[in-house]
Amino acid sequence: MTIADQVTGSTIAGTAKPVDVSSADITPADSRPAEARPRTSAPAITLPAIGERELRLDLFRGLALWLIFIDHLPPSLLTWFTIRNYGFSDATEIFIFISGYTAAFVYGRAMLESGVVIATARILRRVWQIYVAHVFLFTIFLAEISYVATRFENPLYTEEMGILDFLKQPDITIVQALLLRFRPVNMDVLPLYIVLMLALPLILWSMKWRPDVTLGLSVVLYAVTWEYDLYLSAYPNGFWAFNPFAWQLLFVFGAWCALGGARRMSHILASPVTMWISIAYLAAAFCVTLTWYLPQLSHFMPKRLEQWMYPIDKTDLDVLRFTHFLALAALTVRFLPREWPGLKSRWLRPLILCGQHSLEIFCLGVFLAFAGHFILAEVSGGPAMHALISLSGILIMWGVAWVISWYKRVADKSGAKTKNAVGNADLAGGG
Amino acid sequence: MKAKVLLSLILLCGSFAAPVARADDAAPAASPAPAPAACELPSYLLASESQLPKVADAIKAGKPLEILVVGSRSTTIPSSEGSSYPARMEAILKEKLPASEVVHVSVEIQSKKTAEETASIFVKLMEAKTPTLVIWQTGTVDAIRSIDPDEFRSAVTEGVVALQKAGADVVLMNLQYSPRTETMISAQPFLDNMRVVAQEHDIPLFDRFAIMRQWNDQGQFDLFSPSRGPELAKQVHDCLGRALARFVIDAAHLEPAQQQN
Repeated sequence: MTIADQVTGSTIAGTAKPVDVSSADITPADSRPAEARPRTSAPAITLPAIGERELRLDLFRGLALWLIFIDHLPPSLLTWFTIRNYGFSDATEIFIFISGYTAAFVYGRAMLESGVVIATARILRRVWQIYVAHVFLFTIFLAEISYVATRFENPLYTEEMGILDFLKQPDITIVQALLLRFRPVNMDVLPLYIVLMLALPLILWSMKWRPDVTLGLSVVLYAVTWEYDLYLSAYPNGFWAFNPFAWQLLFVFGAWCALGGARRMSHILASPVTMWISIAYLAAAFCVTLTWYLPQLSHFMPKRLEQWMYPIDKTDLDVLRFTHFLALAALTVRFLPREWPGLKSRWLRPLILCGQHSLEIFCLGVFLAFAGHFILAEVSGGPAMHALISLSGILIMWGVAWVISWYKRVADKSGAKTKNAVGNADLAGGG
Repeated sequence: MKAKVLLSLILLCGSFAAPVARADDAAPAASPAPAPAACELPSYLLASESQLPKVADAIKAGKPLEILVVGSRSTTIPSSEGSSYPARMEAILKEKLPASEVVHVSVEIQSKKTAEETASIFVKLMEAKTPTLVIWQTGTVDAIRSIDPDEFRSAVTEGVVALQKAGADVVLMNLQYSPRTETMISAQPFLDNMRVVAQEHDIPLFDRFAIMRQWNDQGQFDLFSPSRGPELAKQVHDCLGRALARFVIDAAHLEPAQQQN
């Protein structure tokens, strides 16, 4: 029996019975916080109806969504709360990793229960939803810039207005946008996500066979991308701002963790060596970041190190970014146990709610960022207005997440037992 | 990558300044500020570790200072050339430098040309003009067309090398800060790469982006303004010209950098 069989096998067993013996066996070991996520996640998917959600995933995905929203707005005071100012990685890493984790979690189970074809069909349905969301956002973007194009004639910026030239050839631009090749600024994450989700059936199918080999292949693809400079071209020039060939590593790694990898890593995560390495690395990254903000300090940076380290490439998911994320994740898993009561507190509720409806809230965030820019441009650009926009954006995201939750609860209550039988994939959902 | 440094620094300053600006938020928005006060900038934006030895030599030797500004359309103001920053810089330099010094600024506009296209004419251009100093403003067209940043960097590198070979000092000038088009143009990779080239070749980089952002964040100029008239553009170019003149004087070590504007 391979390791893969053990992992997937226990999952199937788990789905059969509401409270599984094996999960009961596992539970005591959970006193060690580092193991909390993997061990308890298996039983979590065993409960078909109202399974206990992994709230930490929701929490951090919600956080990532807020941070992405803030990062999409022009810089302001709030920008200082986003993690990209304190290290190499940023909210995108969190978002993609958790997306990989939850997608594998939900559709991996579907694949085991209903087979490859059904699971693939469901994944494709999800891809379609994301694609439609992307096109919707593009339409809003078009509306915004068409407006700007007709109203804005500041002679200071005649040159920059050249960007609007593409409005003159909608025949090409719109088709390219539908092909995901023309992406305006800030609209790069969803196309990446679409491509990753398209690959998900293959990833899951391969994971079912040998998770470690799949992860290995993913690393190989990542390395090949760096070595041979693989990329997807964009319209009118250049390439995708997030290279899917590189970013798949995080996604596959998330999937691998969800399908038992995290459990097998648990002793590594629990070891103090890992903890100290992580802390040291995060501290070092923080010091490096500090030199970006306080140039006086940059004299302390050895030239060698600078030459080796820079540029820290976001497009191809620099190794430094990836490891920074790993270190963050290792510490988070260690110090934030699954059972931490704070997860149920009212104060974290808004974040968790947002994380639970990530696709909707992500799109809303992009839209709100557009709208925020627009208000800043049309009404006033003062810092007070800026803060107001950021805060109300977050409140709106929370409010909408709450409404969606409420609606789903009501809809679920009013019948549709069949939905529960299928498992609430949308809710847990990949998105 | 050093652009991260600078950008971040701007953010930092912006965020420190934010509470101050908030206090008098209502007041400064519209007032037509008197030029010098509005031009105020922290000194780090006007200083460079790199130098302009040929400019320094020319002035010490009492030779005329011939400056060539190569740029795209953001180097001019449509229909009022005399108020654009090269003209303003010329005026300020004449004011600041010894009266005996002959300063002449000429402008070469390469409208809608990428760095690569512009760099391709440098050899000919330098034969025709033989300037002491070339101020090369670039990046905007490349950002609009989202040219591959690596290609952009090698184009800028080639251009800089060609200018230096022809015997001129070089100052690079990056993009304008344009908040209206921030959601449409991704400036960052181009800012980063210009900074890298400047560092590699030890030439001063005039950080127009950071400077204009500073003005906008501090409320000296409302760069979001949709105004159609040329007034705002004239004021901004006046300040840019002043800043650029001071930057050149500072980088050429012509006087102790104590004067304010």
